[in-house]
This record gives sequence, C-alpha cells and structure tokens, in this order.
Amino acid sequence: MTTLDVAFAAVGAIAAGSGLLAVTTRHVVHAALWLVVCLGAVAGCYLVLGAEFVALVQLLVYVGAIVVLVLFALMLTRAPIGPNRELSTGRIHRLLAAVLGAAVAALLAATLLPLADGVVRRHEIPNASLAQDIFGIWVWPFELLSLLLLVSLVGALAVSRLVGGAPGREGRR
Amino acid sequence: MTLHLTGPYLLVALLAGLGTYGILARRNAVLVLIGVELVLNAANLLLVTIGASGGDRWSAGNVLTLFVITIAAAEVVIALAVVLAVFRLRGDVDLTVERSSDGALPPADEREGAR
Repeated sequence: MTTLDVAFAAVGAIAAGSGLLAVTTRHVVHAALWLVVCLGAVAGCYLVLGAEFVALVQLLVYVGAIVVLVLFALMLTRAPIGPNRELSTGRIHRLLAAVLGAAVAALLAATLLPLADGVVRRHEIPNASLAQDIFGIWVWPFELLSLLLLVSLVGALAVSRLVGGAPGREGRR
Repeated sequence: MTLHLTGPYLLVALLAGLGTYGILARRNAVLVLIGVELVLNAANLLLVTIGASGGDRWSAGNVLTLFVITIAAAEVVIALAVVLAVFRLRGDVDLTVERSSDGALPPADEREGAR
C-alpha cells in the first residue's frame, strides 16, 4: 500500500457509498444531493490519479452545472418532498435490477482486475502539454464539440417550444 | 509517486454496476438520468486511470475525459428538455405507467394490477 493507494481508498469509498445512496434513497432531492457528493469524490479520485485539470472541470461542469440542471428539473416536475416509496419499481423488478447491476460490476471487475498487476508509476501530464495536445492533435474534435453544444442548446429550446406551444396558443385565443 | 491500479478498476466496476441498477430500478425519469451520470463517471474514471498509468498517447485519457464531460452536459440538456415536455403533456414523469396514445391514464384498478 503506497500513500496514493490509501488516499484513493478514502475517496473511492466515499464515491461508492454516496453512489449507492444516490440510486437507492427514497427522497428525490436527496438523490441529487448524494450525486453531488459522489461526483465530488470522483473529482478527488482524479486528483489522486494526477489529473488536476480534469478534476477541476469535473467540479465546474458536473457538480456546478449538471447537478443544478437536475435539481431544476426535479423542481419543475413538482417532485414530492419527503420519503416516497413510488420512486423505485416493485420488489421483483428491483431484485432483477440489482442482479443485472451486480452482473455488470462483476463482468467489468473480471475484465479489468487481471490488467492491474503490480505497482505503476503515476504518469502526470502537465497542464501546458495537455493544452498543447487539446489545441494541436485534438483540435477538430474540440471544435465539433462546441458545435454539439450549440446544437443541443437549440434542440432543447425547440423541444420545449414545440411541445408546450400548441396548447398554450389555444389557451390564449 | 507510485500506486496500484486495483483500486481505480474496482471503483469503475462498482460505479458502472450502481448506475445500471439506478437506470433499471427507478421510475422517475430524472432519477434514471442520475444512473446514467454514474455510468458516464465510471467510463471517465477508467479513461483517467489509463492516462495515469501512462498507457496512452497524446494525453488521450485526459482529453477524452474532458470530451465525455462536455457530451454529458449536452445530453443532460436535451434529456431534461424532453422530461419537461413529457411532464407538460402527461402531468408526471413516471416511466412505468402505461398510457393510451392520447396520454390518458388507464383506470385506477388496472394500474394497481400492473404494479
């Protein structure tokens, strides 16, 4: 056990525990808040693995933007406050889901764990060379992604306008 | 600075399994999205782990993680627009209740039987 192993075990345990609570809790809002904890712990994992820039982007975009969007959606769909048994499916369905989830985890672990033999040196990428790679090798995918963000923004507007527009216009007449 | 890769790989498997459970076992559409986010994070963690072990070229592990985070943001925007549109049409976002094509609920006794 090296120092990094101990640090990773700590943040990894937080991530796994809060992830479990995020998918099993009976409170709608608590699920989103446990997701915050889980994503923050995953950002900590990135820090331990030596990817500072990715950790900061994870905090900014995931915790700062995506979870806020999820919370907004919960509020706008009038999610009930307080414990609610109706959030999850029936017992047999949940048992089947747990079996499938465990099967996915076991399959991934069986595939990945044989690859992890021995101690590796942490390979750190300085931010300057990461920037050179993004704007050198990866510049076209990067530009395409900005186009994707624009398209998704327009698409979200179109979806909410097209569906909500028809009854609203009827009502105004 | 050295480390074992067993821990990261185990966490990847756990997060992917938890996300799959969340996708399958939740009825609220927004909570299904939370499961999707967990699976995406498992994929990101795997990419960063590969980057940290030095097994990639052109810092692909880190750069692809940034790309996946961006795509996840775009996906969540579209998904939440669809969820809000469904909520305006049907009045709830329960994914398990069967409805006829005009969005009306079936009679209450049938719904109880379906559960």
